[in-house]
Amino acid sequence: MHTNLRLLLPIVVAIALGLFLSSGGRAAELEVRIGYIQWTPDQGPVLSNVIPEPEDAGLRGAELAIEDNNTTGRFLGQHFTLASVVADSEAQAMAALERQLAQGIALFVLRVPAATLTQMADQAGDGALLFNAGARENALRTQNCRPQLLHTLASYAMLTDGLAQWLNQRRWKRLLMITGPTEADRQWAESFRRASQRFGLELVADKPWTFDADLRRTASRELPLFTQTDNDYHAVVVADVRGDFGEYVPFNTWLPRPVVGTQGMTPEAWHRVVESWGAAQLQNRFRELADRHMNSEDYAAWAAVRSVGTAVTQLNGADAAQIRDFLFSEQFQLAAFKGRKLSYRSWNGQLRQPIPLVHPRGLVGKAPIEGFLHPRTDMDTLGFDEPESQCRINSLSAKDR
Amino acid sequence: MTTIVKTTALAAMIGLSVPAAASLAYVSNEKDNSISVIDTDSLEVVETIDVGQRPRGILLSKDHSKLYICASDDDTVQVLDLATRRIVDTLPSGEDPEQFSLHPNNRHLYIANEDDAIVTVVDVDSKDVLAQIDVGVEPEGMAVSPDGRWAVNTSETSSMLHWIDTTDFQIKKNIVVGQRPRHVEFSRDSKVAWASAEIGGTVHIIDVDSLEEIRQLTFSIRGVHPDKVQPVGIELTSDGKYAFVALGPANHVAVVDAQTYEVLDYLLVGSRVWQLDLNRDETQLYTTNGVSGDVSVIDVEDLKVIKSIKVGRYPWGVVIDPTS
Repeated sequence: MHTNLRLLLPIVVAIALGLFLSSGGRAAELEVRIGYIQWTPDQGPVLSNVIPEPEDAGLRGAELAIEDNNTTGRFLGQHFTLASVVADSEAQAMAALERQLAQGIALFVLRVPAATLTQMADQAGDGALLFNAGARENALRTQNCRPQLLHTLASYAMLTDGLAQWLNQRRWKRLLMITGPTEADRQWAESFRRASQRFGLELVADKPWTFDADLRRTASRELPLFTQTDNDYHAVVVADVRGDFGEYVPFNTWLPRPVVGTQGMTPEAWHRVVESWGAAQLQNRFRELADRHMNSEDYAAWAAVRSVGTAVTQLNGADAAQIRDFLFSEQFQLAAFKGRKLSYRSWNGQLRQPIPLVHPRGLVGKAPIEGFLHPRTDMDTLGFDEPESQCRINSLSAKDR
Repeated sequence: MTTIVKTTALAAMIGLSVPAAASLAYVSNEKDNSISVIDTDSLEVVETIDVGQRPRGILLSKDHSKLYICASDDDTVQVLDLATRRIVDTLPSGEDPEQFSLHPNNRHLYIANEDDAIVTVVDVDSKDVLAQIDVGVEPEGMAVSPDGRWAVNTSETSSMLHWIDTTDFQIKKNIVVGQRPRHVEFSRDSKVAWASAEIGGTVHIIDVDSLEEIRQLTFSIRGVHPDKVQPVGIELTSDGKYAFVALGPANHVAVVDAQTYEVLDYLLVGSRVWQLDLNRDETQLYTTNGVSGDVSVIDVEDLKVIKSIKVGRYPWGVVIDPTS
């Protein structure tokens, strides 16, 4: 009803820009340019194609964070712009990077596959600072690290550890796992196997998905048989990252059991049902900008651009090396609507963050689950801890920060 | 008790200046769309009043006859007549009002519009919008100094305090503080402002003459992870002795010496403590505990929690009518 209030105003709207600024007066405007490059290979046809994934996931999150940065920056004489490229091929993505580097851009948010990501990091070199908002692969956090590459997207291991903690807390420890045929499915499943060992779960059966019938006609006939096992299980864990068959598992299991994993109740870095800790405001802003719900890629890109914004606010400068130093310093803390201050792991550049456990219309829980302890922070019970990772992207990272 | 309350209401309605039988606390329940009324003598809920959607910030008119309510999801400020306990009016508020503060002139209401990065100033008598002031992302906390000179807004995502001159509605200074500033409280003499930063885990003490930070407070509670220490609401005793700081999911209220800024004690209250208010003679402090859905009552003399009172879902704000 009051939406148009601003238009009715006799206009006293005024910002006393730069009057009495706290940090040494207002010099010339500081221009901060951030590159956003996206390339997502075609996933191929899937059985469950009812609800398609948004193609601009990531991009819109970065755009929102640019707006947030500018709303803050207008009081400090700082202005942020996004140079975004959605490429159709890996070659195009590499060319876009080359072009943006030549234009003097040194800060990048990337939503590309893991292999492309490391190529781009090498191409950009030490002088740049890159944020991974598209690849969940554990290897990027355990072996293939780059000092100039940070990860705002949660890894597979962070997701599966969160899920495993929750299953442990519920004492649903005996599990049937079904794994799809893709490389991503295999990695997700491997990650869950690791989590099940860490958090005391048992896979009573571990079955690859091999059927190729159209489940929209035959799910009720095929899945009950497929989910028969010699031993009872408490829950079914599905590893189907692209959403091929997994949506047809719930309610079609042999035993009346809940479904968790990539379908059913899922661990997600971000989801529309997250509303606590001020998240409702972020969700509202995002919906206004993008006309859809915010997802994990959007959140990762948002967190990357906001990390830069937070550093620039404090530094009043946009040098990539200085920003990197600041992000790994004690002073950095990202307020990111998850109820905790977020920071980057010194050994592999992963953004620590709680993991919501959600079903499509509600929040079930949030990992780390209370009671899973860690000497540094309980958020480090999710994903690869320092001794479990070979990466040491900060030479002094052996010490706790 | 119902009889007493009815008598009070009736007396107020017909304008008699009978001394009130009970003092009342009002609590906004964010997820129940209601206001709980607590009798501060019996420490019981005596009535629950239906109000607009997602009520958060609440405050009393200076003559204590009306309660203003930010009905965030209705994009309006509602006016509750305390004598009849009916919503009698609404004010234009801009979108998604969260917190607000009334100027000592009893007319200029400063409202933080969380979704729009704006502070709206409304004249509560004429209902005119006097100004809309652009501020940082997610404006939240709002406070007007007791001397009426400054209105301060906190913007959560920009992590700033915006100092608005109440004579011309212009921002005169922006102070960067810790992450996610939530609330500002002025000392009675308007010389010092206290600002909480939820994610930063800090409270910033600002000298109002120089508009410079003079002190930063941190908190540490045995057995509670530092990340969970998230300061939100602040309440100061008028004698300048204590500051009380609600520490959110740490489930404690910090007691701070308002002169030396030394933390004296931590009091265990309900889950995710948000806002605070003192009663008339400042013998009791009331806290809203969002997650546990109750209000804790603290004895200020003994610094002890004496009672938990079940209210609605997600209690957000609390104010105590000093005259009722």
